[in-house]
This record gives sequence, structure tokens and C-alpha cells, in this order.
Amino acid sequence: MSGDGVDTSKRRFLTAAATVVGGVGAVYTAVPFLASWMPSERAKAAGAPVEADISKLEVGQMIRVQWRGKPVWILKRSEEMLKALPTLDDRLRDPNSEEPQQPPYAQNPVRSIKPEILVLVGICTHLGCAPDFVPQPEPQPYDPNWKGGYFCPCHGSRYDLAGRVFKGVPAPLNLVVPPHKYTSNTQILVGVDTGAA
Amino acid sequence: MGMLVNLRDWIDARFPLTKMWDEHLAKYYAPKNFNFWYFFGSLALMVLVIQIISGIFLTMNYKPDATQAFGSVEYIMRDVDWGWLIRYIHSTGASAFFIVVYLHMFRGLLYGSYRGPRELIWLFGMMIFLALMAEAFFGYLLPWGQMSYWGAQVITSLFGAIPVIGDDLALWIRGDYVISDVTLNRFFALHVIAVPLALIALVIVHILALHEVGSNNPDGVEIKKTKDENGIPLDGIPFHPYYTVKDIVGVVVFLMFFSTVIFFVPEGGGYFLEQPNFEPANPLKTPEHIAPVWYFTPYYAMLRAVTFDIGPLTAKFLGVIVMGGSVVIFFFLPWLDKSPVKSIRYRGPIYKTMLTLFVIAFLTLGWLGTKPPTELRTLMAQIGTVVYFAFFLAMPFYSRMDKTKPVPDRVTG
Repeated sequence: MSGDGVDTSKRRFLTAAATVVGGVGAVYTAVPFLASWMPSERAKAAGAPVEADISKLEVGQMIRVQWRGKPVWILKRSEEMLKALPTLDDRLRDPNSEEPQQPPYAQNPVRSIKPEILVLVGICTHLGCAPDFVPQPEPQPYDPNWKGGYFCPCHGSRYDLAGRVFKGVPAPLNLVVPPHKYTSNTQILVGVDTGAA
Repeated sequence: MGMLVNLRDWIDARFPLTKMWDEHLAKYYAPKNFNFWYFFGSLALMVLVIQIISGIFLTMNYKPDATQAFGSVEYIMRDVDWGWLIRYIHSTGASAFFIVVYLHMFRGLLYGSYRGPRELIWLFGMMIFLALMAEAFFGYLLPWGQMSYWGAQVITSLFGAIPVIGDDLALWIRGDYVISDVTLNRFFALHVIAVPLALIALVIVHILALHEVGSNNPDGVEIKKTKDENGIPLDGIPFHPYYTVKDIVGVVVFLMFFSTVIFFVPEGGGYFLEQPNFEPANPLKTPEHIAPVWYFTPYYAMLRAVTFDIGPLTAKFLGVIVMGGSVVIFFFLPWLDKSPVKSIRYRGPIYKTMLTLFVIAFLTLGWLGTKPPTELRTLMAQIGTVVYFAFFLAMPFYSRMDKTKPVPDRVTG
């Protein structure tokens, strides 16, 4: 075919226009497929708040409840445990909880609403393992001056009994304090804020 | 006979059967001096076929459902006739795949197979390697054991280290707040459909690119430079029957090792199938020690080696960058190597030393990745990581400085 009478610039424009319009359409078509990977309505509903009864919790005892499939720890700390916390400040990465790893009402030296009751998401901030609860203040292979806390067996991250992370471990942040509130003196609702609910 | 010839002619008039046979086998001229290291390409192809066939049969009894997955694997192992064999073929095949592919890649490092004009073969090959890692990762979640679960938890959390979008990205990949049934179901889809399709397509373009350019050889000599009057390389021999038959010998030897593992040590001493994976997944209890399967451990060791922040960048984020970089850097190899020669036979002492150190670092990191960290091991991993990256990043300098030997015009046999 000869090029006689062919308006090549018009042809090029039409080709480009068709490509762009078709391309935009193709991109929009990708949206439903990509969006289908977000948590479904059912998964979101399963993320509803859970209630925990702490009336039978002994001093020094920790219970685990499940919220959004994550382990949530509720620990009743003793006087000695609370007293040990400030002594660790200079060995911690974020002793004053400046990073937003807790709701404002838990941004205090003991990271809790009631000083003795600690509520934490039990997932290491490094790579999501569940740290071990090692409450006894006795020398450990990883820390001769251990005052009690949490030790992650995966990569050796350590936290104190307020979930505050030590320096020199792979975990970057303190353990998360989930939103929670007291519905009575002995009931905690995990997943709902004091203010919001 | 006449009927078969007629049939062939009938097909050839409608489909390029003879043409393809000639192009890729009967008249594909490969260098005559292939050695031991050249078995692993064809072996990798065979392992892929083994994995696809055994995988198809596993899907016939496996259930991608968090409440049934672990049980269905046990069902395959105990109740399905020969199910244990099919499952062990598949799980051992995964490790065999990586052994073969690592040796295949090492061949490239020995003889400069990634060098021009074979850069695209190398890039396609690296994409195959990435797809293979994805395939292995998705597949490892499916038995829904403790290590499946927590391994996937650790790896998906890596995406959370990316600033700003990280947490949403990890949520999007999991489709839930933690690894759950949703994640299992989509990983199953990716493992049995999406990634295998991509793998097969990539293998095809890898081979097409190879047959376009022609194979490298242990001398790193371009055999196409010296041709006879018919345009056939003087140092080339037809792939079929010479190398097809030779490769069968490789296949037989390989299958002897492969069968030995399947029948006598299917768990590979806890390296091919890890002990915690014989316990069903429990989201509330992390295993004592999480380690990936052996073929990921070098990268995992590098991830853990980064324990310090740099400015605003956290150790976690830097670890992810180092781990990602350790794989991605392979893509740049064709352009990092400035040596005038390809093959290790004509390279000088510096490259030989660097390659040796690299292999030692890779194996040491692999071993460290299987162990829980201690201070000494973290230090070793840090040194290993530096050596690993130095091999690549210093290559533009040392490959140029190195004292090379003259390369012959023809292959040396």
C-alpha cells in the first residue's frame, strides 16, 4: 500500500488516543481485582472488640485473650515490678513512649490506665513473633541484669514489663498497647477507646 | 514408515514441527566442551516438571482451608494410596529445585555466562529465581503447620517495614489483620496457578533467548566466531543427540540422589521439612525458634545482621533493604563485571579469591540463618553480609585490575 493520501499525523494521533483511553480502562479494570485483596467485611467484623474478665487475675499473673486474631496480654503487675520500671529508662530505646505505639491514655511511665494492669498486643514489633513472658528478675543468658520482661525467641528482642523495647535489639518500637477501656472494675473491653466508645 | 513421513509432512504444512525440532534440538549447535556444570539447566527443567506433576496430584486431596489444611496433608500422608510418596516427592522437589538452581547460577559465575551478549538470558533467569522464591514461600504456608504460619507472619511483616504504606501493604497481602484462612486461600491460588504460569512463561523465554544467542562454555569462547563453509560453528555439536543423551546420564544420577532422599531421609534432617511444621498452626504460640527453609537462610541471616539504626532509618527497614538488595544485586551482574575475559579459566587471582570468599560467605550465612542469633553469630553474619555485597559492589574495580590470561580462539575441550 502506498502512503498516498494517508494523513500519518492523524493516524498517529488516533493510535495514541486509542492507546491512552484503552490504557486508562485497563488500569480501572485492575481496581476491583486489587481491592478484592483487602480484608473482607467478614474479616472486619471478626475484628470486633473482645471482653476480658480480670476479677480472678492474681498479682504477677498474665492472661491472654484474642483480638483480631492477635494475642492480647493482660498482666497484673506487682509493686516490685512497677518499681523496677524507672530504673531501666537509660537502657531503653523509647522510655517515655514518644512513638505512637499506645493510645494517649496509656502514654505514661507505666503505659497503662490502672498502674498495675498492663494491656499489650503480644506481637513483637520486629517481625511479628510472640515474645515469651519472663517475669522473674534473675540473670538470663541474654541479660545478666534482667528485671523481668518479655523476650522474643525469634531474634532476641527484649521488652520490659511495660512493653518498652531495650536498646541494641532488632525490634524498633515498644509493644503496642491496644485501644481498651474498663466497662467495670473487673471487665476490660479490648478494641474500643475510652473516649470513642 | 512412509505413513509417518506423510503424517510429519502433513503437520509441517500446518505447524512448524520439524522447524522447531531443528531449531532447538537437532540443529541447535552447542559448544562441544560442556562439562559437569552444564547438567543443571536441563535438570532444573526436569525438576520443574516433577513439581508440576506431583503438585497437580496433591491438589486433588489438599484442602486450602485453615480448619482443614493441616488435616488434609496428614490425610494425604496416611490414608491416600501412595500419597506419602507424592507429598515427599513434592516437598523434596522444592529443596532439589533450589540445589539445582543454585548450582546452575554458580556455573554462570564460574564461566561468565551472564556476560554480553547473554545479559537477557541472565535477567530472565533471575526472574525465574524470584518467581521460584515466591512459589516456595507461598507453598510453604499450605501445610498450615507452626513454621508455615509463623514463617509467613515474619515475611509478610517485612512489608510493614516500608515507611508510610508498609502497614496497609502488609494488611493487603494478608487480607486480614494476621495470617488467616483468607491468606491461606490466596496463597494457594498463587501457588498453584499464578506463579507456575509465570514460571513456565519465563522458562520459555529463558530458553528462547539462549537459543537465539547460543550457549556459553567453560572457555568463555564464542563458538559462532569460527564457522565452517556451511555456517556451522566448528566447535559446535548438535544438541540432539549428543547433549540429550549426555543429559540423560545427569538425570539418572540426579534421580538416584533424589530417590535416596525421598525414601530414606524425606525430612532432610529437619532442613527440607522443619520439625515445628508437624504441629498445626497456632496463632497464639510462636515456635521456640523461627527459621526459614534452608534455601532462604542466607538472605534471612542478612536480614537479621542489621541490628543498628542509621539516622531516621530503623534497623528493621534497613534489614529489609539489605535482604531485598542481596537478591536484586544479582540482576546487575552483567554490568558490574568489567573483566576482558568471561571464564574463570582465564581470570586472575583476584576474581578467584573473591568468588571463593563469596561462596564461603553464602554458605556461612546459610548456616547462620538456621540458628538462633547470639552475639558472635550476629557478628559473623555482619561480616558475611559485607563480603557478600563486596563481591558485587567492588566487582567493577577488581575485575578490571585483575591479571587475566590470554583467551584461545577455539575451545580447549
